[in-house]
Amino acid sequence: MSSTPVDVVLSRLLEGFVLNLQIFVVTLVGSLPLGLIIMFGSRSRLGFRVFGRKFCPIRLLTRGFVWIIRGTPLMLQLIFVFYGPGLMGLTPIKSRVTATLITFIINYAAYFSEIFRGGIDSIPRGQYEAGQVLGMTKPQVFFKVVLLQVIKRVTPSVGNEVITLVKDTSLSRIISVTEILFVADNYTRQGLLWPLFTTAAFFLLFNGLVTLALGRIERKMDYFRA
Amino acid sequence: MAILEVTGLSKHFGDLEVIRGISFSLEKGESLAIIGSSGSGKTTLLRCLNGLETPDTGTIRVSGSTVFDADAPRVKGAQARANQLHFGLVFQSFNLFPQYTALGNVMLAAELLAKEQPDYKANKKRILEEIRERGRAVLDSVGLAAKADNYPHQLSGGQQQRVAIARALMLEPDILCFDEPTSALDPELTGEVLNVIRGLADRDTTMVIVTHEMQFARQVADNVLFMDGGVIVEYGKAEEVIGNPHEERTRQFLERYSNG
Repeated sequence: MSSTPVDVVLSRLLEGFVLNLQIFVVTLVGSLPLGLIIMFGSRSRLGFRVFGRKFCPIRLLTRGFVWIIRGTPLMLQLIFVFYGPGLMGLTPIKSRVTATLITFIINYAAYFSEIFRGGIDSIPRGQYEAGQVLGMTKPQVFFKVVLLQVIKRVTPSVGNEVITLVKDTSLSRIISVTEILFVADNYTRQGLLWPLFTTAAFFLLFNGLVTLALGRIERKMDYFRA
Repeated sequence: MAILEVTGLSKHFGDLEVIRGISFSLEKGESLAIIGSSGSGKTTLLRCLNGLETPDTGTIRVSGSTVFDADAPRVKGAQARANQLHFGLVFQSFNLFPQYTALGNVMLAAELLAKEQPDYKANKKRILEEIRERGRAVLDSVGLAAKADNYPHQLSGGQQQRVAIARALMLEPDILCFDEPTSALDPELTGEVLNVIRGLADRDTTMVIVTHEMQFARQVADNVLFMDGGVIVEYGKAEEVIGNPHEERTRQFLERYSNG
């Protein structure tokens, strides 16, 4: 077993962590708006009556989808998205990172949609009614009255998910994405323990920054109560 | 001509007929108090007037033009919102927007309406400045000029309700409605809100006030309407209905009330 110089190990770990950060940022940017769209789907009342019971196909489909995504392991979904299409005779996804991003965005969007749904449902009906009697349109009520209150209410829960996401990026090593834990694990197998601690330090440091940022966002909305 | 004419208004929820064939009219500058025990349909009547509930039957006319007709196709969109603005509503639970200051609450709807004006882009600055001026004046009229920059949670319940009144007044509704405006307030805070409403009555604001404050109704309202079981039991001059009711049901209600 050849010993690797410390600076080489460090730069490999750093390269890995850059990948983690990329997955983190793209997932966040993709899943937050997608979560909003899924939320609208799971609140949709569009439907028809059959024997006196109302069926809302969009709602049913969306909730079924969210159930599947939240009910199965993220790791399983990663494996399925990367290997599944090829095994089913479809065009495989070539890039491991792309497969990771697709899986993560969908998975996190499902969780975010439920958080948003809870947030919207928690806004008192009086807020909508007050907007309505003041002659506002539905979009105006949503964007000018409700949205900021929802954002304030869901920020702590979303923050929790965001911190989980930072760490979940390492699950991508199951499809051999060379993220930081993949690299560190290889060194551990070679008998080197310290890269594992360095990896932990990277995560702690970054999640520390995320926590500070989340705190700032929450403080920005301290001026009102909702 | 009456400013408000309501004819044959009914509304049911499931099997429950909450209001049944309500008809009444209101003259410009008149204030009408609606009294009755809870479940008598007074709040539902007010919500029907304000478009928060859709009546099953009946018509609502303001200054001679129909704003609601159960037999006509449902009006939607801009016209529905324009009909809405004949009425203003002050809620029992204020429903102020927490993320806006007192002044922001008062101005918001006016700002959004101004954006729909064709000359908005050209005169944006002047229009917004006018709205701000007017907003401050309206807040001043409910005695809260000094609280313009406070957020709702920094205000007492009475102050919040006065902001809510200012918010409704800002759009200059033809008919201002109050849904038990003091019921959510501590007893020592009801006075300031009632005084604001009294001031509005003195300036001949057309108002419909659902209230449990009998003394107040007697002093401030021109007419009183007593509802029970979804129908109008007694209607007349405030002094008459509360001081000398003709109907047995009215008498019983008022007696229960004075006995607490």
